[in-house]
Amino acid sequence: MRQMLNTLFVTTESAYLSLENENVVVSDGDKAVAKVPLRSIESILCFSYKGASPALLGKCCEFGVSVSFYSPRGRYLCSILGESNRNVLLRRKQFVLADDASACSSIAASFVIGKIYNSRWVLERATRDHALQVNVERLKRQSSILASALKEIKNCDNAESVRGIEGQAAKTYFYAFDDLILNNKDDFYFERRTRRPPQDRMNALLSFVYVLLSGDCKAALQGVGLDPYVGFLHADRPGRASLSLDLVEELRPALADRFAISLVNTKAISPNQFEVRENGGVYLNDAGRKVVLAAWQKRRNEQITHPFLREKIPWGMVPYVQALLLARYIRGDIDAYPPFFWK
Amino acid sequence: MNMLSEDDSLSVRSTVRPVEYPEDDWLALSGVQHYEFCKRQWALIHIEQLWTDNARTVAGDLEHKRAHDYSASEKRGDTLILRDLRVFSKMLGVVGDCDIVEFQASEDGVQLHGRKGKWLPYPVEYKYGTSKTNNADRLQLCGQAMCLEEMLSCHIDEGALFYQRTKRRERVEFSEELRAQVVNAFADMHELFQRGYTPTVKNQRGCSNCSLKDLCLPELMKAKTQSARAYIDSIVAGALEEDLR
Repeated sequence: MRQMLNTLFVTTESAYLSLENENVVVSDGDKAVAKVPLRSIESILCFSYKGASPALLGKCCEFGVSVSFYSPRGRYLCSILGESNRNVLLRRKQFVLADDASACSSIAASFVIGKIYNSRWVLERATRDHALQVNVERLKRQSSILASALKEIKNCDNAESVRGIEGQAAKTYFYAFDDLILNNKDDFYFERRTRRPPQDRMNALLSFVYVLLSGDCKAALQGVGLDPYVGFLHADRPGRASLSLDLVEELRPALADRFAISLVNTKAISPNQFEVRENGGVYLNDAGRKVVLAAWQKRRNEQITHPFLREKIPWGMVPYVQALLLARYIRGDIDAYPPFFWK
Repeated sequence: MNMLSEDDSLSVRSTVRPVEYPEDDWLALSGVQHYEFCKRQWALIHIEQLWTDNARTVAGDLEHKRAHDYSASEKRGDTLILRDLRVFSKMLGVVGDCDIVEFQASEDGVQLHGRKGKWLPYPVEYKYGTSKTNNADRLQLCGQAMCLEEMLSCHIDEGALFYQRTKRRERVEFSEELRAQVVNAFADMHELFQRGYTPTVKNQRGCSNCSLKDLCLPELMKAKTQSARAYIDSIVAGALEEDLR
């Protein structure tokens, strides 16, 4: 499988990125603080407000290095990726399928089957690994409701009911989510999902991790030539990267939720690495973001065996491989889109 | 040297195809070597517009740089050496670049724009590594010769492949068999291109060296023994069974 190279995270708010020969130079004020060869990285995630030089961006496109910009607080702004979207037949087929109700429901079902299956395993893993600490009965009950949702989806023939089951399953899953938090319960707790803004630390952490995962998914889809804005599970809405959201769904439990939970349970992240704003919104602070990004990069390098391809790949390649499998399904090489089943 | 195997068709197929392809429909001449290596690889590159480099392709490019420098064209005695010469054929519907075309001063030759005397063209293509067992390089060279013939109204008997590893020239005779293969290959490529069809995966030995391996996913073929649909069904069924226990 393709080699995964490093990601360069730039978290200093006032950093500016520029090009020197084939290196990216990170400077803060007049001082160059880092110099990294472009050939050694595959993406740059930039959380500074100063941005990057056009010359660097041009070179990145040439080298196939994707550059994503976020606000210093972690809001996604944009990505730049070279001319990879030349596969016009793939995109045309994607659009045709997105207009075809039965194709939509079949692909949407795959995403949701993946999501429910993986959600269920997150709960099951907790009962297995922490039987003495968690409410096993509640987790088992929620897990079995999720199992019946899987059954239900098999008899589903339209995307609307797939979405309905997905909504119910998400509620079922999050109902037991607080049980997964084992440490610092006074500061880390979960009642329900809040996003705009996140109203507690756990939600703040989840939101930030989802942003990272979404960025990976979007770059992966673009990288294989799919249009991230035309989805199957999520309907078109101007400005919404629906296909990215589709792909995020199945990867959320295994790649994001478990990651966030383990940061809390291992005490890698601490309550004082968050800040509360006037509007009641809770966000990671500078130190917190650094912890999460470093751990994220480490997690991305961990090896797993892809369940469908049966090939060893780093975690970080999962969105890319799934995007590739989706493209291969859309081009007619396989008879269904196989979601990523985590175990 | 003739490397044709017995089952290669020796005649030009009689399917209806245009006498001349319009410029917009011309394909890359160099694509024939991809096509000969693997039809799917050709389709991924030329139809699906996918490309990734690996060590081999980068090394090939580096070795190739000088060959593609028109300004390095020169005249040595009776030989005119043109580098990076763009050639095309309306009949084949292809366009490409010859690394080198050597023109020998000869009474039997053709006139060239801006040059005195008459010249006989001799195409030479630079290739990475050593001579290959498949016919890909010979087909590409023959295609170049057929372009030159059409452009210059002449006949070219042979050309050469220069392998960078061995630094040896391998003479290639443009036989009727080889020409027929070129014609057929391009006719098939035009047909696939028209349909926008990417042939399915056929696992072969060359797969491990292919720079597109990760985009092509030859493993799909293995995975296909159980279909993706069956795979999903079995995983879901397994999940439900566990639940019963």
